[in-house]
Amino acid sequence: MIISITTTHRPATDLGYLLVKHPDKVQEFDLPHGTATVFYPEASEERCTAALLLDIDPVKLTRGRRGSPLQEDYVNDRPYAASSYLAYAINRVFRSACAGQTKDRPELAVTPIPLEIRLPSVPCGKKGKFLRRLFEPLGYEVEIEKPLLDPAFPQWGDGPYAALTLRRNGTLQETLRQMYALLPTLDGKKHYWVSEDEIDKLMRAGEGWLENHPEKEVIASRYLKKRRDLVKQAMERMPSPDLETSEGEAPADKEADMEKPMKLADARTEAVIKTVKEAGAASVADLGCGEGRLLTALAKEPGITRITGLETALNPLERAKRRTGRLPEVQQAKISLLHGSLSYRDERLAGHAAAVAMEVIEHIDPDRLDSFAEAVFGAAAPDTVIITTPNREYNRIFRLAEGETRHQDHRFEWTRQEFREWAEKTAAAYGYETGFIPVGPEDPELGPPTQMAAFAKIKKP
Amino acid sequence: MNIELPVPSLAVLIGPSGAGKSTFAARHFLPTEVLSSDQCRAMVSDDISDQTATSEAFEILNAIASARLRRGRLTVADATSVQQRARRNLIELAKSRDCPAIAIVFNINERTCQERNEARTDRKTPRHTISRQRRELSRSLRGIRKEGFKKVYVLEGPEQAEQSEICRVPNRHNRAGLSGPFDIIGDVHGCRDELAQLLAKLGYRVNESGAYAHPEGRTAVFLGDLVDRGPDSPGVLETAMKMVGAGTALCLAGNHEYKLMRKMMGRNVTVSHGLAETLAQMEERTPEFRQETLEFLQGLDAHYVLDQGRLVVAHAGIKEEYQGRESERAFQFALYGETTGETDEWGLPERVDWAREYRGKASVVYGHSPVPDAQWFNNTINLDTGCVFGGALTALRYPEKEMISVPAIKVWRESPKPILPQRETRPNPHSLQLSDVAGSSIIETALTGPVRIQEENAAAALETVSRFTVDPRWLVYVPPTMSPCETAGQGELLEHPEQAFQYYRRQGITKLVCQEKHMGSRAVVIAAKSAAAASDRFGIETETPGICYTRTGRRFFHDRETEAAFLNRISEAAGAAGLWESLDTQWILLDCELMPWSLKGEGLVREQYAPAAAAARQSLTEAATLLEQAKSRGMPADSAAARNAARRDAAERMAAVYARYCWPVQGLEGVKLAPFHLLASEGQVHVNRSHQWHMETARKLAGADPELVSATSCRSVNLEDPGTEAEATRWWERLTADGGEGMVVKPENFIATGRNGLVQPAVKCRGPEYLRIIYGPEYNMPENIERLRRRNTGAKRSLALREFSLGIEGLHRFAQREPLHRIHQCAFAVLALESEPVDPRL
Repeated sequence: MIISITTTHRPATDLGYLLVKHPDKVQEFDLPHGTATVFYPEASEERCTAALLLDIDPVKLTRGRRGSPLQEDYVNDRPYAASSYLAYAINRVFRSACAGQTKDRPELAVTPIPLEIRLPSVPCGKKGKFLRRLFEPLGYEVEIEKPLLDPAFPQWGDGPYAALTLRRNGTLQETLRQMYALLPTLDGKKHYWVSEDEIDKLMRAGEGWLENHPEKEVIASRYLKKRRDLVKQAMERMPSPDLETSEGEAPADKEADMEKPMKLADARTEAVIKTVKEAGAASVADLGCGEGRLLTALAKEPGITRITGLETALNPLERAKRRTGRLPEVQQAKISLLHGSLSYRDERLAGHAAAVAMEVIEHIDPDRLDSFAEAVFGAAAPDTVIITTPNREYNRIFRLAEGETRHQDHRFEWTRQEFREWAEKTAAAYGYETGFIPVGPEDPELGPPTQMAAFAKIKKP
Repeated sequence: MNIELPVPSLAVLIGPSGAGKSTFAARHFLPTEVLSSDQCRAMVSDDISDQTATSEAFEILNAIASARLRRGRLTVADATSVQQRARRNLIELAKSRDCPAIAIVFNINERTCQERNEARTDRKTPRHTISRQRRELSRSLRGIRKEGFKKVYVLEGPEQAEQSEICRVPNRHNRAGLSGPFDIIGDVHGCRDELAQLLAKLGYRVNESGAYAHPEGRTAVFLGDLVDRGPDSPGVLETAMKMVGAGTALCLAGNHEYKLMRKMMGRNVTVSHGLAETLAQMEERTPEFRQETLEFLQGLDAHYVLDQGRLVVAHAGIKEEYQGRESERAFQFALYGETTGETDEWGLPERVDWAREYRGKASVVYGHSPVPDAQWFNNTINLDTGCVFGGALTALRYPEKEMISVPAIKVWRESPKPILPQRETRPNPHSLQLSDVAGSSIIETALTGPVRIQEENAAAALETVSRFTVDPRWLVYVPPTMSPCETAGQGELLEHPEQAFQYYRRQGITKLVCQEKHMGSRAVVIAAKSAAAASDRFGIETETPGICYTRTGRRFFHDRETEAAFLNRISEAAGAAGLWESLDTQWILLDCELMPWSLKGEGLVREQYAPAAAAARQSLTEAATLLEQAKSRGMPADSAAARNAARRDAAERMAAVYARYCWPVQGLEGVKLAPFHLLASEGQVHVNRSHQWHMETARKLAGADPELVSATSCRSVNLEDPGTEAEATRWWERLTADGGEGMVVKPENFIATGRNGLVQPAVKCRGPEYLRIIYGPEYNMPENIERLRRRNTGAKRSLALREFSLGIEGLHRFAQREPLHRIHQCAFAVLALESEPVDPRL
């Protein structure tokens, strides 16, 4: 990767004094991840350009990563795209300039001069909005050019990297510091472990410009690899009247975003708990408990004495463990968490009065729902089963396109009719009767956003 | 005295301290068979006589005894057990493990006990304690026989204790020594004529003593319920009694025999379910016959373990933990099966489907509740095909597992409820349990013996199988990973055929095949003659004749129409290639590569490979321009420019490699399937065939549908003929020159054994250009390649062998129609092993 810095300040060759690198030399520097070369493609009175070319050693990059299951580690953009590696190299190679130390032109170091920065390969979203939000508030004129992903496959469209040109009048020191702080935020991947020291580094580099930057929280968050504790500390060290939170992060979870305004998740939990209580169930199995949202709510109910959370995905299960571990001991004691699967009969699920599968079935391939039914109604066979799932009809209100689902892992979303048919067929096969309950604000035509079925085992006379 | 101890059982030694129990135990039993309360006390407290440790000591004793009995080991409890409460606990323990408890009482006088105690050097029991124990024993002796021991032996005095012998006897259910061959016959219910027809059909003839006997010495096994409802129960009994008497049959009691017996013994039983007819028929027989019958009935058992434990026959079936066990509940189970305690709409007991959970090694053959068809399920089969209700009388030949039956002559009796298949009233999901796959486990394979699966790997696979793979009934095979050849020692190459050949040469294998390695996605294709044939064999409802899934078990085509079109084409090609007839099968399982790579891998290309190339193109092109400018100013940037140019070239070459494997697909247009193994078809796993056969079969398929199916080009190599080796190397060079993936080198035989056992079934040898998408575009620059040579294929090879043998094992189990959980365990295990950390570049 390469960065070039051009000035038209007269004499332009003073750039050499500011960078403390002679314009008529080609200099190499050994860095931990490769070699940096500093050279000047042009150096005249009117115009002088310094370039820092960083050759990453691709083998070193993968060292210590053996056994990592990702091929990505071995073929990736790291050697070529602007990233934390380049930021690191700028700081190392132009250390004096970053510190504002120049013996020969001290007054120039604090004088704003016309500067142009070129970065030919910068991670960039579809339209480069983020780049503009980062650099425009700092007074840069931003020019973005987006080449094709692969000229041999024009149908693939633009690639994810922009050729970026930035222009402004400013001191070289501040410009370099801004590059140092901002380049790692372009993709949020840092090549080294982030610790509290990084907050200091960010504060130093950001002195005088970061605290007034409208995107400072996003910058801090990405710079600190989204470590919430560190970001919080950093934000506390940047007092500012402007407390407006940023919307810089791309929405990670479409479903959560759509549902937030109507507090649908809360409504669901409430409806489920109400039904559990009406059934008088003292023991509840939460099938597909995810991160334990329902578990913790159930644990607060005095009438519920035993709660089993079952989850298939290991990461959410870990988070559920941490989440329930923060509950008061009395509540914790009610809960046991199991790694398991609703594709198999599981004897550990037997003996509960109620079982809940909240927003679970839509994550199961339709042709494997019979195994789910067997595991829940056949094997666990509690007196009460509660199942919730999205109502597809309502997607129109969420402005989803025809056929689009609320979450990318949803294998299907059912209309009320489809859900009812499945529920009734299943209930009949296993000796249950079923009732349907709307959850969330109901549309007169399209029904509620979430549909819920409560199944009750038919008691033998 | 001769003391008989059935195995397994719990022998309880009873007597005061100093009675000689431990000495007796040491003489007759293995040290590990004897559980001494003193030793347990010492284990928890370091003091053999610390009475405060007693309750903890017994916890340990009970836990060990319980585990031993569960495992079927003879166990001896060496404690004083002079109090009834202590004995009751031990009897309950034995009962909970379905074993009899046997009492051995040391009725030794107090003086002897005190003398022995005095003579002890290690520890002494207080005198008064021994006196108390002796008194308690005397009190116990009166009622001990009614406490629930199966047998009580009382050793009167030290001499008798010394002279007694222990005789271990197999229990009455254990007939493991009998290996048949057997003809196991379902519920006869008085249908004497059908029985005669069936015995004749099975080849039995009446011998001179009037009993049916088989000329080849086969043994008939009656599963019970010979009587009631039908026209001639005494006739059936007579046939069975003669055969048992002549040693040509074994006979089990069914609930109907048990009830008849109790009635004949004068007990109060409700005369129903056809018992009245039997009693009337018996009245027409002589009193001698009735007496003989009663004795016969009294001698019957409800289940037997046969053929070294591989076969269990039980009237109503039996779960694993009751097999070969002597207990009331094992008896009840074998007689009546498991019921919910509730009655169904016809007033009959509602049955629990015990076979669904059955995971035992032994095949269980049973009867008791009529079914329309006898079908294997989880290694169990119900042979009661309702002859008396107008169905058929069915026999199973064992070990042939062949079914022979004769239809009922008429409906002798209307069935009180419709005879339904056992498992059709519900949707038909698979019967897998979490415990079949979760946790650490060991899977026995024929090829490499036991393969161990670690708990954390199983956990990872559980997520995959639950969320992403196809239904377990389809997932009968997951292909193994493949190791590359060892690293080339020098030059510009990381992999070269020489190392692949060398590997097999070192193993002493000289005949090899080299197959072109297609760069697409690995695919397993199950193609059946029709959707119905697929449903039938794989036990899953489907409208397509088979399925196609990836090497991680995911459905290949998400568009169901494309999938159906694809499978229909493959199915037709198999038909046109004559495979249904030549293999006598309704389905085939193919191991293939499906192209283009972009069909499955386009996401990977567009999100990883192409961006890397794009970033390189943008950054290195600009660097080139700037370096040229510097050079034109006379700056010494030549070496930097040269290096930059080389990097740019490498990145463009990498882009050219992936571009080769990306092409647009419209429906099936553009899709190519290259099968390289036909792994299995009905009843067969084709790993005993040579690769030539597999290649030839693939060529036939390609010939039948050249548009969709590609043959794989290949070369034979004989390592003793350097010419063939050189020619194969040149061929590889041609294949790989412009980015071809390379070749796979295999021993000529599918399964080959070398100097160190099973050898790698295949070793891949990838081309230098292709490796750019594996090791990065600049991997072969001199400064990089030397460092990359330090790679180790050991872990990958070990993994490849384990996965290979698991895959083949699963196919064998499927071919032999083993229960689903046994097949699924193998596929699941391969997915679990795939989560082991191995360098993914290999």
